[in-house]
Order: sequence, then C-alpha cells, then structure tokens
Amino acid sequence: MFRLQVFLIVSLGAALGAAVEVQRPRGVPLEKRHFYDESRPFTCLDGSRTIPFDRVNDDYCDCKDGSDEPGTAACPNGSFHCTNAGFRATFIPSSRINDGVCDCCDTTDEYNSGVSCQNTCRELGQKERETLEKMAEITREGFLLKRQLIEEAKQGLQEKQGKLSELQASRKEHEEKVDALRTVKETAEQPEREAKERHLKAWEAQKAALQLEKEKAKMAEVFLELDGDADGLVSVSELQTHQELDPDGDGALTDTEAQGLLSGADKVDSAGFQNVWSNIKDKYVSEVRGPSCLLLKSGETDFWLEVSVHSYPEDDAGDEEDDEEEDDDDDVPEEYDDKVTCHRCRPMCATCSSLPESLEKEISFDFGPSAEFAYLYSQCYELTTNEYIYRLCPFNRVSQKPKYGGSETNLGSWGSWNGPEGSKYSIMKYDHGTGCWQGPNRSTTVKLTCGKETAVLSTSEPSRCEYLMEFSTPAICQEPPSLETVAPETDPHDEF
Amino acid sequence: MWMFWAAWLSSCLTVTVAVDRGNFKTCDQSAFCKRQRAMTPGQSPFRALLDTLELSDSRLTLQLINDNNKVRLLLELYRLQGNMTRVKINELKPLKPRYEVPDILVTDPPTEPLSVVSRDENGVVLSLGAEACRLIVSAQPFRLDIMEGPQVLLSLNSRGLLMFEHLRPRKDTWRYPSFTFLFFQAPDEENAKEDESGMWDETFKSHTDSKPNGPSSIGLDFSLPGVEHVYGIPEHADDLKLKTTDGGDPYRLYNLDVFQYELYNPMALYGAVPVLLSHSPQRTMGIFWLNAAETWVDISSNTAGKTVFGKMLDYVQGASETPQTDVRWMSESGIIDVFIMLGPKPADVFSQYASLTGTQSFPPLSALGYHQCRWNYNDQEDVRAVDAGLDEHDIPYDFIWLDIEHTDGKRYFTWDSSKFSQPREMLQGLMDKKRKMVAIVDPHIKVDSGYKIHNEIRAKDFYIKNKDGADYEGWCWPGSAGYPDFTRPDMRAWWASMFAYDQYEGSMENLYTWNDMNEPSVFNGPEVTMHKDAIHQGAWEHRDVHNLYGFYVQMATAEGLIQRSGGVERPFVLTRAFFAGSQRLGAVWTGDNAAEWGHLKISIPMCLSLGLVGISFCGADVGGFFKAPSTELLVRWYQTGAYQPFFRAHAHVDTPRREPWLFGPENTAVIREAIRQRYGLLPYWYQLFYHAHRTGQPIMRPLWVEYPEDAATFTMDDQFLLGRDLLVHPVTEEGARGVTAYLPGRGEVWYDIHTFQKHNGAQNLYIPVTISSIPVFQRGGSIIPRKLRIRRSTSCMENDPYTLFVALSPQRTAVGELYIDDGHTFAYKENKFIHRQLTFANNTLISRFVDLIFSFLLSSPCV
Repeated sequence: MFRLQVFLIVSLGAALGAAVEVQRPRGVPLEKRHFYDESRPFTCLDGSRTIPFDRVNDDYCDCKDGSDEPGTAACPNGSFHCTNAGFRATFIPSSRINDGVCDCCDTTDEYNSGVSCQNTCRELGQKERETLEKMAEITREGFLLKRQLIEEAKQGLQEKQGKLSELQASRKEHEEKVDALRTVKETAEQPEREAKERHLKAWEAQKAALQLEKEKAKMAEVFLELDGDADGLVSVSELQTHQELDPDGDGALTDTEAQGLLSGADKVDSAGFQNVWSNIKDKYVSEVRGPSCLLLKSGETDFWLEVSVHSYPEDDAGDEEDDEEEDDDDDVPEEYDDKVTCHRCRPMCATCSSLPESLEKEISFDFGPSAEFAYLYSQCYELTTNEYIYRLCPFNRVSQKPKYGGSETNLGSWGSWNGPEGSKYSIMKYDHGTGCWQGPNRSTTVKLTCGKETAVLSTSEPSRCEYLMEFSTPAICQEPPSLETVAPETDPHDEF
Repeated sequence: MWMFWAAWLSSCLTVTVAVDRGNFKTCDQSAFCKRQRAMTPGQSPFRALLDTLELSDSRLTLQLINDNNKVRLLLELYRLQGNMTRVKINELKPLKPRYEVPDILVTDPPTEPLSVVSRDENGVVLSLGAEACRLIVSAQPFRLDIMEGPQVLLSLNSRGLLMFEHLRPRKDTWRYPSFTFLFFQAPDEENAKEDESGMWDETFKSHTDSKPNGPSSIGLDFSLPGVEHVYGIPEHADDLKLKTTDGGDPYRLYNLDVFQYELYNPMALYGAVPVLLSHSPQRTMGIFWLNAAETWVDISSNTAGKTVFGKMLDYVQGASETPQTDVRWMSESGIIDVFIMLGPKPADVFSQYASLTGTQSFPPLSALGYHQCRWNYNDQEDVRAVDAGLDEHDIPYDFIWLDIEHTDGKRYFTWDSSKFSQPREMLQGLMDKKRKMVAIVDPHIKVDSGYKIHNEIRAKDFYIKNKDGADYEGWCWPGSAGYPDFTRPDMRAWWASMFAYDQYEGSMENLYTWNDMNEPSVFNGPEVTMHKDAIHQGAWEHRDVHNLYGFYVQMATAEGLIQRSGGVERPFVLTRAFFAGSQRLGAVWTGDNAAEWGHLKISIPMCLSLGLVGISFCGADVGGFFKAPSTELLVRWYQTGAYQPFFRAHAHVDTPRREPWLFGPENTAVIREAIRQRYGLLPYWYQLFYHAHRTGQPIMRPLWVEYPEDAATFTMDDQFLLGRDLLVHPVTEEGARGVTAYLPGRGEVWYDIHTFQKHNGAQNLYIPVTISSIPVFQRGGSIIPRKLRIRRSTSCMENDPYTLFVALSPQRTAVGELYIDDGHTFAYKENKFIHRQLTFANNTLISRFVDLIFSFLLSSPCV
C-alpha cells in the first residue's frame, strides 16, 4: 500500500496577524506543544502506543486517537488546529486538511492541495469585533430596558394581586350576605314555594306543548322545503336533494336508502311525513343555511337555540369570528375547532365572575424568572412579508393572513416555553393551530433574541406547517459582564 | 378481483392510504387487452406460405396467412451476431404504415448468415451457426422453435396465440358484421360482439379515446420448456421472480404516474422495459419485445401452484411433464419485433442485450456519492443551512437537490426571484465546497405568453397536438401546460440548447438536471397521462410512442448537459420514466414510494429487476417519499440505500423535515456511518460502473447471476451482490435482532467487511444485528479498493490514497482491479485512465495494466 511520506514541516511562522508562531508540528495547538518533542519518540496521546518521532505527521495513521497525525488527513478521527491569528483559533476535522476547500481563515489547512486560499482572519476578526460591540451595546441597552420591565411587572403584579384579593374579598362578602338573606328568605317563603312548585309543573307541561307545536311548525316548514315540485308529496328524488340524510354515512343517499327513510313508500303526503320527520330530523340541514341563530319568541321566555353547522373541512373558515371575540376580551385562547359555533347565542352570565378569573389566569402565567415577559401579555406584533401578514400575540396565538384578502389561518396557540435546558425562556412554542391536509396541525416556534425593540424579525416555514418566527425583545437580554465596561475585548472562547 | 384486493388490503395495509385503483385500467378495461386475452390457446389460424420463402444472406422472409380472414403477414427472421435471433412480423400490405420503434437500438444489429438445413412441405430447418443450434419454421399451424440438439429452448406461437389486428377502413357503423373478428376464433356470436367493442373508440372514466385507426393490437406467445423462473419486465412493485398471472391481471407496461403505488401487484408504474429473462440451471435467455405502446404480459407455468411435495411426487412417479413457463405479450399497436437472446449464461444475455440497446452511461464519480433532496429546500438560505448542517455533523454529500418550488411558478429553467434571487451565488457557494446541485426540469410547459420557453416552443410548433390538431394542453404543476414533442429530433436539439449557460439563466457547471413527470404525467388525462389519440410528428398517435416519451425527455436533457460543456463533461440526469435503452442516459429512481417498511424491502427487487434489463443506476427515495418514517426506518433506509447504486434521500413537501441530524446524536452517528461506508467504497462502485458501461453487466445483481446453478438463490431478493465480490443483506425488518443471510458458493469463503470474520459459503448464516449493523460480506478471492479518508465530497477525496482489501480464497489467492480516471470527463474514451489488474498469490501482490495504452497521469502518487 502506498504511503505518502510527508516529513514534519514546521510551520515557519507565517507571521500573519500580530501573533508570533511558536514552532511545533503542523496542526498542534500551543497548549499541546510539549507532547510533541522532536528529540524523543512520540507516545500517542491516549497512551496506546509509542512510535519514532519521524512518524508524526508522516501521512500514515499510527495512533488510534489520531494524535500522531495532527497535520495530515491520515487519521479518520484526527483534528487540526488553526491558529487563525487575528481571529479565533479553532479545530477542524482532519478530513478537511488539503481537501481543496479553505476552512481555516489563516489558510493553514490547505498547504498541499493546490488551492490558493486568502488569509481572511484580520477581516473576520474586525467584523466579529464590530458585531460583538454592536451586540454588547444592544445587550447593554436592552438589559436596562429589561430592568425597567421587571420593575413594571412587579408593580403590575402587585396591583393585580391587590385587585384580585379585593375582588375575592368583596365577592366573598357578597356571597355571605346573599347566604344570610337566602336563609331569611327561605324561611319566609316556605309556603309560597309549594305553591310555586305546582305552578312550575304546569309551566313545564305548557313548555312541552309549546315544544311540540314548534316541532310541528318546523316539520311543516321542512315538508314545504322538500316538496320541490309543490305537489303536496315528498318523493324519493326530492329527499335525495339532501345527501346529509344518508343513513350509512357513505356520502351517497341512494334510491333504496331514500325509500327506506320514506318507510318504503315512493312518496308521502304531509300526514305520512310525520314518521319520516322523526327519522330525519336529527340530520336534516335546512336550505336556509348559514350559521344562523334561531331566536324563537314564546311567552315571556326567550329560547336560544345553539346551532352548530359543520363547515367545509378547509382550515380557515370561521377564524375571523373567533378572533374578534378573543381579541375583544383578552380571553385565554380557546380550544380551536373547525366547527362554526354560534358563540353569541350562548347565554352569557360571565360578567359577574370573569374579572377575577382572568386576573387569576394572568397571574398564573409563567412570564419568566422576573416576570420580564409580562409586558407582552395582551399585545400583538405583526410582520408583513411578500405574501402574508404574520401576527404574534404572545401567550395567546400566532396567525397568518394573506396580504391581499383571504381568511386568517391559526398557526398555533400558546403552548409553553420550550428552550433548551438553561435557556428555557429563549423559545416559545405555539401549537394546535389549524390542521394541514394530510399533515400535522400548524405550529410555530418563536425564537427570542435580545433587542431594544419588541418586534417580529422574520418568519419562515422550514417544514410544511411548522413555522419559525424570530422575535426580538429586551426581556431576553442577558446581563452584560459589567454594565460599565465599554466595548469588551474579543473573547477567544466565545462561541459563534 | 376487487373483493380479493379489498381483503388483501385490509389484512396487509391496515393504515395505508393506497393507490386509487379505479384510476387505472385493468386488462378488462383496456379494450385491446380484453380482446387479446379472449383468445385462448388452441390451433393457430396462421399458416406459413413456404413458397413465399426468400432467403438472402442474413434475412429470411416468409408470408403468413390467417386462414380465418385471409389477411397476410410478413415474417422476417434474422440471425444476429452474438447468439441472438430477431423475429419481425408485420402486415404484408398494411393500410398505412405501422409504427416501428426508432432510436432504441444503438445500431442496426449486425447479422450472421442464415442457411437452410432442410426443407419440406411441413416446414424449414435453419441453422443458427454451430453447435446444433436450429431454428425450425413449421408451416401449419405456423410456429417457430429454437432447438439446441434435441432440446427445444424456446417456441413461438406454440400455443397459437399469435394475433395481429390488421388495419382496416372504418365503415359507417362499427357494428357492421364484416368487422367481426374472424381470425379470432370467437366461440360464439355473443362473445364476438362483445369483443368488437372498444375497437373504434373506448371510454374509461370520463375520457374517450377516439381511435381513428381502429383496432391495431398484436400479440404472441412464447414457451420456455425447462424454465421455472422468469424475471424482468420492470417497472413493477413486485418480487424479483415474476409470478404467474393466471386468474389475475397480466403485468402491465405503460408509463404512468401512480399516486401512492401499492406493493406486490402487476400494475404499471413510471417506466417500462419490455425485456424478460428466463433462467434455469442449464441456461439463461432473454426476450426483448421492442414495442412502445401499452403492453401487457401474461405469465403461466405448469408448475405454478405445485408445492415442493407435489413436485417431488412428480419426480418420484416419473411424471412426464417437464416444467415449462409460457409468456404472452400483447401490445396495442405497432409491429411484432422481438429479439431472442440465447445466452447461455447470465453474463451472455447481458452482453447480448447491451449490444442491442447500449450500456449504462458512465456517470461522473460525484453522482455515486450521497444526494440530499427534499421537496423543497425553500430558499437559498435553506440550501446554505442544510449544506452547513451536513458539514457540522461531518456527513459527506455531493449533491443537494431542488424540486419544483425553486422555479418561478413552475416555469422550468427559471428561478423564484424572491427565494432564489442569486442562484449563481448559491451555486458558487456549493462549488467552493466542491459540491453540486440538481434542479428539476419537467417536460410540461406552462402555457403563458410571458414565458420564453413556451413562446419558443409554440413559435417552432413543437408541441404535441390533440386529435383535432390544436396544441395539446393538459393540467400539471403549473396549471395548464403544453407537452413538447420529444419524439422530434429538431425539438430535442432545441431543448438541449436550452441548457447552454447563456440560455439557462443562473446555471453553472455544477448544476445538473432531474426530469420528473415524464411518463408524461397529465393530471386531468386518462390514467393521469396523455390521451392516446394525441398526435406526434409524422402523424403517429401517442398510443404508438407512449412508453418512449420519458426516454426521449432524458435523452434531450442529457444531450443538453453534454453540449453546454462543449462535449467535455459527462452528464448526470435523473429520470422517473424510462424505456429500454434508458441506461444510456443516466439514472432512474423508483418514483413516489412511501415511508413504510414494505417500501424499503421492495426497493431491492425493484432495482434488481432494472439491473437485469440494463438499467444499473437505480435507487429508491431514502426514507420514503410520502409520509414520515420512524427513526428506525429512516436509519435502516440509509443503510440499505448506501449499498444501492443511486443513493438519494427525498421527502414529500408535507412531511416533517428529516435531514440526517434531526433524530438525536446516536442516530445521526449511525446515519453518518452508513454514508461514510458508501464513500469508503466509492472506488469499487466507480469500477463497477465502468464495467457496466463497458460490458453491460449489472451492478446490483441477484445471487443467481453469479451462482446460476444454485437453485436456492433463484427467488432470493432480500439480499444482493454488488459486482461479484460484495454480498449485501440489509436489515429491512422493523425491530430486527438478527438476519439470516445466504452465503453462496460451495468451497468459497466470505468475510464480514466490518469484522473480517470468515464464513464458509453455501450456508445460511444468522447474523445478530444492532441498529448500526449493515451485514456486508466480501468474497474470498477478491481484492476491493477503498478510500479510507472520508471527506466532505467525492472531489475532496480525489487525490487520496487507496487502500486495498485483499480477501483470500481458501487457496490463498485473490484477484481484483483498480480503475482510476479524472472522474468527470469523457477523457476516458481517449484511454486517459489507469486500469490495473491486481493479483495476489504466494503472498505477493502483483499489479498489471489491463489496458495497453496508458496516458493518464494522476496528480497524486497513488497505488
């Protein structure tokens, strides 16, 4: 087998940049220089073997740990040290030595590949220093802002807690009062109640009759609706205009199935339709369509009917309505579903108790170790791209809306802090957004970066339906080493 | 049938969303197939008119007459060099010319003299050269038999299934009785009527095929006495050994874009190679049915369904019946033009077929590295990040791929101006790392008057026409699209010129091409493809040329890549659709598979089948295209793909990201190791491709190719050989704790390439496996070159030393070779390469030049 004899070539101190090269075998970092003593045999750094020194960097791998070939690509697990004077020293895998690609900015990795590399360490160093200075400034100012935020959050929290306990106290007081009054009242009302119960029963009966009447009216209405040719009869084909009545759920209402619904007859009149109606009323969808609220007035009582209509399985339908509500009352994000539900029809008795509960919820949020993220609560931030307007409402939801019209898509509701250990608060996760065709529900990862402004910097969709957002906020800014220090010196161990 | 499949589906594919079978025809729904199949074995109505026999030096012609309708056919017989026979049958006087497939044969096959040995009123005996090889023409009923000594090797029309629908004028009403298929032996009147249907038009789902030329199908049967194993006729997602088709559909050859294809059935897929191989311990033969129309192949066997016990019983009782396999080909139009390759060894059949349709193109070395693909890498930043991610995790790769989203609105040859605003900058960034890119160029062209490519094609009138003469338009990725007529040489020349650097904006020499959707895929067409009555140049119907379309697209594209470099650089073009001869043009992959264990398993027989018919450069989407693979499946797929010729990871746009480092450090390490093994063995891979290119021998081989007498190997398709010397048994079972590999060759030894442990041949070996195991063995007696310095890409490793792995035979000898050239140009054609034969004997390694001329100087001292 061929073996290329590359003799130890001591780096002649190209003296690029300011540092002076100390003589040592190629690819050896300064701190390991003493292991490579020309005058003695070389012992692999894992101690596994000792070889004559002329086999160091001879382009043949002798040591299992690769330590005999710090300057060649011979060992699969070796690493090469670039001094990179003027920039940052670094190690590269030895497979990148002489591979024709410039890896070290001081060009030392390409000493025999024929490629000519430019020494770019000085520029890189300059650039990095500038960036670091800028970063440091941002961090400094951001951190000052953060302190302020923390202070505000503290005050806000205290206020809210105060308000909450006040409210709770007053509610308790109120409830006690009510209890007391009730006792008084109940004793007084005992005879009256019995009479009332009788009334109530009568009322129930009346209500049932009313319900029946309503049912009949509805049936008549449906009959007319179904009787397309107005011949006073509902036929199989007329029934088939309502595919939702399909009993086996295969999506098609066949002749036989329709006939079955008509109890075997081809046609029924309005009398015969009574039986049919009981078969179909659960499924029947009126042609007078839409998520409508039916308000039926009867006597002194208002009946609110909640109507749920399954919309198309498309993601977006109905988003708007949800949003308005959520934005209005700063409610916690609701379970999002694909049905259009007629929220306004819901009997609302919220006002009396919602305030303390929403306060409790707000207080219970994890707004960071010093509640520095609290200021984001109930705020929204937008970013407009070529096609879409993205909207981030921290601790609530992320959404996307086409710039030129179209409905909004939910990209996820607040999930949790999701950063890696040690920097948990660097990433927010929003999930359970609108579902994707054959895919997962949309979700968004929000990466927080230190900045003076609070703003969405960028959005992308690295994988279908998994969004990534960059969000700058002072609240994530770390305390600089020393607030008083001006531009910090380049930290050689700083990770990039 | 439906019930059967439904039951099968529910038992095997519990959660799978599978192909919508209703979108694709069964034989019963394909009128000509139904008519052909309605004819059952019996006495053939054809008679050879011996008095019309004419024999020139190498060509025999003879008229055949159908006694039922008196239509005459012309039979031509040729004896070809290299132990082949060509049989052509056409109408003697067709109403108009019938299509004969051009451009597939590399040359007019050289012939050898035919001579009449004997002749009487019953037939003629011809000599096929020496060794008692005879061709017997029987007159009534007409049949052909090829004999060697007393043994019949192969018979044509022995079951009387020759059927030739002659062209006929259309009458006012197609039900007119004179159109009754007289030569069809319809058993009764009712059947005859039914058989007529679909002759002058045919409706499938909402599409009507107008069939202005009426019926034109052809069919012929072949009998193979002594044969129990037949292979080939890809592309099907099925076992290596072809199954009998009695009671089911025939194997179908009709290039189709099948959404979420199903495994283990004879449905047509993206490509078609009408070549069938037969094998028995005594002889390997091949049948090449040169026809580009929709084709169905029926296979039946007299031993099918017999258990081993049943066969033994036959043997013990001395049952007279020898095993026999019968094959029946049916095509919708064209002529019968069939090449019978007589072997006798597998290697002979490969050479014979290669002499007809050419050999595997010799790809640039980089194309044998790892390919990182996804639909889609979103933008330049994404490309940069993936490139950096692979570097960060020390994973080598050579190509990163861009799918359709890189274009400006699916206008090929363009770039999305916001996502890929600086393509040359991006390509330069890759070039600085010695890496390359592939961008997709599909053949459907957006109909858009603001699109240069469309305007030029329209101005040159290069689009395929619909039946009414207007430009054919179909629906595909860009919306409404035209389909250039790639059967036109002038169209192909123009297309090729579009790859010039000054035409294809943003392209550079490290940008290569991928042709997808070239079946062609037409979303709103019948069976998701083009209407058969669409018209190509020369007034040929799409029906006649359908299976050629993808071949021509790749041909024009590869030519473009060659031309842009002034003829210097080897092209690399991947295609999804293919035909016989596509091996000359680049690589193919098995299309839109799914992230399921079954799809991983099937990748082996699918690529083996392609290799048997010349197309060696084959691979499956690593990880599976549809759906998200489990981590274990992804890892196993990398391990399998690393040992298959074309090694590309790909994923559907709706699946989560799956770059190799996204599954935790342990899995990243296992995937990295698999890819590194690939790079280490690239010298061997390259040498195998060189051989495939020179000789037509497959790269990925079923075991029986090298061990033709070992019946244990005949149905094996969970393991394979690379060349002769590496045996691979990838782990393709979920949760596997071990695999049982069969090591062939009595008296041979095999070495585990990871542990160097020695195992004897001719045994089933149980190998315990962990998640990092890839069972691979090197044959004792072989020398395999590797490169052990695994770097970022193949060209980063260009100047690295080779390490020879010498695996000794029990006789303590070994042979091997080493092939080295510049890795990317055609200079090897001028003998600028090193090719050395290595021999190890008596503890000495000797290296000799294989080729006499040596003018290639390596830039580094190697070997």
